[in-house]
Amino acid sequence: MTMTDATGVAAAAHEAVRSPLREFWRKFRRNRTAMAAGICLLALALAAAAAPWIAPFDPAAFDYDRILEGPSAAHWAGTDAYGRDIFSRILWGARISLSVGLLSVLLGGVAGVALGLIAGFRGGWIDSLIMRVCDVLLAFPGILLAIGIVAILGPGIENVIYAVAIFSVPVFARLVRGSTLSLKRAVYVDAARAIGVRDRLLMVRHILPGTLPSVIVYVSMRIGTSILTAASLSFIGLGAQPPSPEWGAMLADGRSYIGVASHVTFYPGLAIFLTVLAFNLLGDGLRDALDPKLR
Amino acid sequence: MLKYLVGRVAGILPVLLVISVFVFGFVHLLPGDPARLVAGPDATQQDVELVRQDLGLDQPLWVQYGRFLGNAVQGEFGRSMKTKRPVSQEIGERFMPTLYLTIAAMAWATLAGLLIGVASATKRGRWQDHAGMIVAVSGIAFPSFWLGLLMIDLFSVKLGWLPTSGYGTWQHFVMPSLTLGLGVAAVMARFTRSAFIEIAREDYVRTARAKGVPARLVVWKHTLRNALIPIITMVGLQFGFLLGGSIVVETVFSWPGLGRLLVDSVNYRDYTVIQAEILLFSLEFIIINLLVDVLYAFANPEIRYS
Repeated sequence: MTMTDATGVAAAAHEAVRSPLREFWRKFRRNRTAMAAGICLLALALAAAAAPWIAPFDPAAFDYDRILEGPSAAHWAGTDAYGRDIFSRILWGARISLSVGLLSVLLGGVAGVALGLIAGFRGGWIDSLIMRVCDVLLAFPGILLAIGIVAILGPGIENVIYAVAIFSVPVFARLVRGSTLSLKRAVYVDAARAIGVRDRLLMVRHILPGTLPSVIVYVSMRIGTSILTAASLSFIGLGAQPPSPEWGAMLADGRSYIGVASHVTFYPGLAIFLTVLAFNLLGDGLRDALDPKLR
Repeated sequence: MLKYLVGRVAGILPVLLVISVFVFGFVHLLPGDPARLVAGPDATQQDVELVRQDLGLDQPLWVQYGRFLGNAVQGEFGRSMKTKRPVSQEIGERFMPTLYLTIAAMAWATLAGLLIGVASATKRGRWQDHAGMIVAVSGIAFPSFWLGLLMIDLFSVKLGWLPTSGYGTWQHFVMPSLTLGLGVAAVMARFTRSAFIEIAREDYVRTARAKGVPARLVVWKHTLRNALIPIITMVGLQFGFLLGGSIVVETVFSWPGLGRLLVDSVNYRDYTVIQAEILLFSLEFIIINLLVDVLYAFANPEIRYS
C-alpha cells in the first residue's frame, strides 16, 4: 500500500464517520443565498420577539398631528391615517405573521405526517381512504378552501390558522406516504421487524426519522405560502381585523390612501414579500443540502 | 381513447359527491339554526317555522340532501339572502368577467413563462439564466394584492394611463390580468426551465445536434415540443391557482366577477350564494383538470393505452 492509497482510505473513513448533521451543515453553508435568507429570518424572528422593547413607538398610539407623513428620521416608514408609526406596526405585525405561518404549518405538518405514515405503513383500505380525501383537498385551490372554512368558523386570525393548516395536511401526507413506502422495505426495518419490534414503534422510531429531511424542506416552503395566504385573507377582510397590525390588514387599511400616501401600503407589502421570499430561498437551500432527490 | 375518457369521467363522480356533501353540510355546520339564518335576524318565530318548512329543513337529512342534489343539477340554488334575487342569476352575471380575466392572465403568463424558461435553460449559468430565475423566484413570493396596489399607484394615479378599477374596455384588463398572472408566469418559468433541461439531455436531442440540425430548430422543435407534455399538465394545475388568486385580485380592482361576489357573500353571510359559489368553483376546477388529462392523453399515447 502506497502513501497516497493510505491517505485516500483515511479520507474515506473520515468521510464515513462524518455525522449527517455535519454533512448537512457543510453543504448548506456553501449556499450563500440560503444562508443569507436564514440569517435574515433569524434576525426578523428576534426583532419580532423583542418588538415590545425595540419598537420606537406604541403600534396602537394615535397621533393626529402627524397623519400620513412620509418616511423621516423619527418615523422610518412614515405614519398611517391615524398617525401610527408604520415601522413599529410592521415589527409587531411580524409577531402575527411569523406565528401564523409557524403554527399553521406545524399543525398541518403534524397531522399530515401522521396520516402519511399510517397510510404508507398500513396500506389497504386505510391508505386508499386517506389518499382519496387528500386528493379532494388538494383539488381545491388553497385560498378557496380557507375561505370556506373561515365562512364556517367566522373571520379572525385564529380561524385563519386552522384554515391554512388544513390545506397543508394533504401536502405532508402525500410526501410522507411516499417515503414511508420505500423505507418500509428497507433492510434495517425488516431486521427490526424480525427481532419483534412492534408496529407502532417501527413507525415512530425507525421510519419517521427517515422521512424527516423532506418534511423539513417542505416546512420551510409551506411557511412562506401560509404567510402569503394568511395575509391575502386579512387583505380581503376575512383574517386579522383592523386595528391589528397584521401586514395584510395594514395593506387593506392603507389602500384608500394610494397616490396620497403610498408608503402606507408600500412598507407592509415589502415586509410580506421579503419574508416569503426568504422562506422560499431557505427552503431551496435546505432541499439542495438535505434531499437532492426533491429537485 | 374512448375507454380512457369514460374511465376518467367516471373517476370524478366520487370527488363531486364528496364536494356536494361538504357544500350541503356547510349550512348545517354553521353555528345556529339555518332556518333562522335564512329568515334573517328580524324574523318572528312563525316566519322561521315557515322558512323551515319551505326549505324542507324539518325533513330527515338524507331527504334534504337528495333535494339539494336534484336542485343543484338543475342549477337551482334558491335566492340570495342579500339581494333576494335567484342565486343562479347573481352568479350568471359574474361568470364571464372572471372567465375572461382568468384566460387573459393565463395567456400572458404561459407565454412569458415559456419564453423565460427556455431562455434560462438555453443560456444555463449565464446572466440570462440568473436574471430569469431571480424574476421567477421573486414572482412566486410577490403578494398579488401588493403588486395590484403598486400598479394602481404608478399607472393610474401617477401616470393616469389606466383606470384604477371597473370593467368594460381593454384598458380595464391590463392591470388585473398582469397582477393575477405574475405568480403563474413565475412558476411556469421555473418549471419550463427544468423540463427543458431534462429533455435536452435525451439521446434524440444529441443525435439531432450531431447530425447538424441548426441549434434554433433543436431548441424549438426537438426539445420544446417534448417538454410541452409536462408543461401542459402544469398549466392545468395553475388554473386552480388562478381561480383562487382571482378572489384577491378582483377585490383589489373591484372586478365584477365571482371572486368578489364570494368575498362579499362571506362578509354578508349570504350562505345560499356561498354554497353555490363553492360548488361552481370546484366544478370548474375539476372540469379543467379533466380537460388537461384528456389533452395529455392525446399528446402522450403511453397513457391512453396503459
